[in-house]
Amino acid sequence: MSGSETTVLSGGADVTGEAGTTDTTNVAARPALEVTGLVQEFARPGAGRRSKAEKLRVLDGLSLTVREGEFAAVIGPSGSGKSTLLNILAGLDKPVEGTVSVGGSGAVAYMPQKDLLFPWRTVEDNAILGLEVAGTPKKQAREQVAPLFDEFGLGGFEHSYPAQLSGGMRQRAALLRTVAMNRPVLLLDEPFGALDSLTRTQLQLWLAETRQRHGWTIVLVTHDIREAVFLADSVHVLSPRPARVTRRFEIDLPRPRTADTFGLPEFAQLERELLEALGVHAGERAAAA
Amino acid sequence: MNISANVFRVLRTAWPPVLLAAVLIVGWQLLADEVIHDAQVLPSPTSVVSAGWDQRSTIWSETLPTLRETELGFALSFAVSWLIAGAMDFSAVVRRAVYPLLVTSQTVPVVALAPMFVVVFGFTLLPKVLLVALATFFPLTASLAEGFATVNGEASRLLRSMGASRWQEFWRIRVPGALPFFFTGLRVSITYAIGGAIFAEYAGAEHGLGLYLNQMQQVFRLDLVFATVIVVAALSVALFAATYLLERWLTPWRRFERAEKESAA
Repeated sequence: MSGSETTVLSGGADVTGEAGTTDTTNVAARPALEVTGLVQEFARPGAGRRSKAEKLRVLDGLSLTVREGEFAAVIGPSGSGKSTLLNILAGLDKPVEGTVSVGGSGAVAYMPQKDLLFPWRTVEDNAILGLEVAGTPKKQAREQVAPLFDEFGLGGFEHSYPAQLSGGMRQRAALLRTVAMNRPVLLLDEPFGALDSLTRTQLQLWLAETRQRHGWTIVLVTHDIREAVFLADSVHVLSPRPARVTRRFEIDLPRPRTADTFGLPEFAQLERELLEALGVHAGERAAAA
Repeated sequence: MNISANVFRVLRTAWPPVLLAAVLIVGWQLLADEVIHDAQVLPSPTSVVSAGWDQRSTIWSETLPTLRETELGFALSFAVSWLIAGAMDFSAVVRRAVYPLLVTSQTVPVVALAPMFVVVFGFTLLPKVLLVALATFFPLTASLAEGFATVNGEASRLLRSMGASRWQEFWRIRVPGALPFFFTGLRVSITYAIGGAIFAEYAGAEHGLGLYLNQMQQVFRLDLVFATVIVVAALSVALFAATYLLERWLTPWRRFERAEKESAA
């Protein structure tokens, strides 16, 4: 962690001693994703490349641990460096300082904000893109993803083109593509941000249920507090720029989470606490929206 | 039911040009028969058609070499355009170096090049093939380069997060993304293709429609000149139409995109 070296470790070897004790719950002890002391700086626009003082510090020692099977939400004010963090977690940028280690295959499956389905590929061929890039033969990749379509509400649409799908279906197809990559951690960037509110709620309910069944480890970056509280096991609050994690909330709302969850008094309480952690105090709510 | 709907749609889009063409042809016939009365100044459409029909085997045997030149020239142009546009996509230096030269190459008039090619390469196939390639490769290259460059930055980030190499990215997203652009360029350039071959033959050849045109002009067989022109026009239109078939076959998803846009509008 000292210096500017970046190491991406392959985790998983350190927990062999306690194997077998953690397979019944979603919340296991071994970290699926461990982020320590991330620092990221950019040249200020127009400043040229002169001294270090001219640099804009976006991440300032950000640390985050996500257990295997945990659903972690990262939430922060806009401009707090969420996308900078995403780029580093997705392996697109290297941080100036700090480490990211992902258990298992060593990389996360990244789902960008827009669905980004490729219009020239059928839903099925979009779904296998990650596998194809990784070198899996097409036929084998198709067999591998085939069982997922029904669960993702896309049964019968395997051979449709994205332009033939509704917004909600496209988003589910994009998530299917992400899941199909078979990586240990799913990294979701505001996956439902572009949807209308009814579709968004439907997808949140569906994701809560499906994720429960599979025990996926998810890092969700969002600015939607309700979404974070409803879906996540833990919510990590970022400070304004330069960002670090200022608070970690454990969301112990009962599972399975359903439409009723939104009405629980604890839900409202957690939502209020999160608002406060983000610097919005009671009585100011109208201004926050 | 689907077929009759299609026929109806074709008729609906086809009737204005057909009607206009009919009016022009009738006007031409009247002008030739009633006003000019001289087949060496303006032959009537009926005399053009009957002269062309009489000479059909000659015209056909001259058409084949022209088609051959067009085909080879276009194949060369196709290969060169993908190579150049691909290289421009992979390297900004190549892009900056090549683009001005490409544009300059288009300012050289074919009229000036055709006789020069004949001097250099003789009455062979090669100068025709080169001229067709020269006349057609620019629209192809420019449209392809633009198509490659319009790739969504987010899409290429997604591919990189999947661990894709630059080559994989090119092949999986830039090539398919550029296809609609490519077909636009293809339609522009294909209309130049046969014209380019004819022009090259005109400047000096042993076979071909261009040579035939030249000969018929010299013996004042204007009816056969017109007949040949009609054949050339028909071939160009056929090639143009073929690009739509090819596009439909190679980019089947585009229909749904259009349908989506229409339903959104």
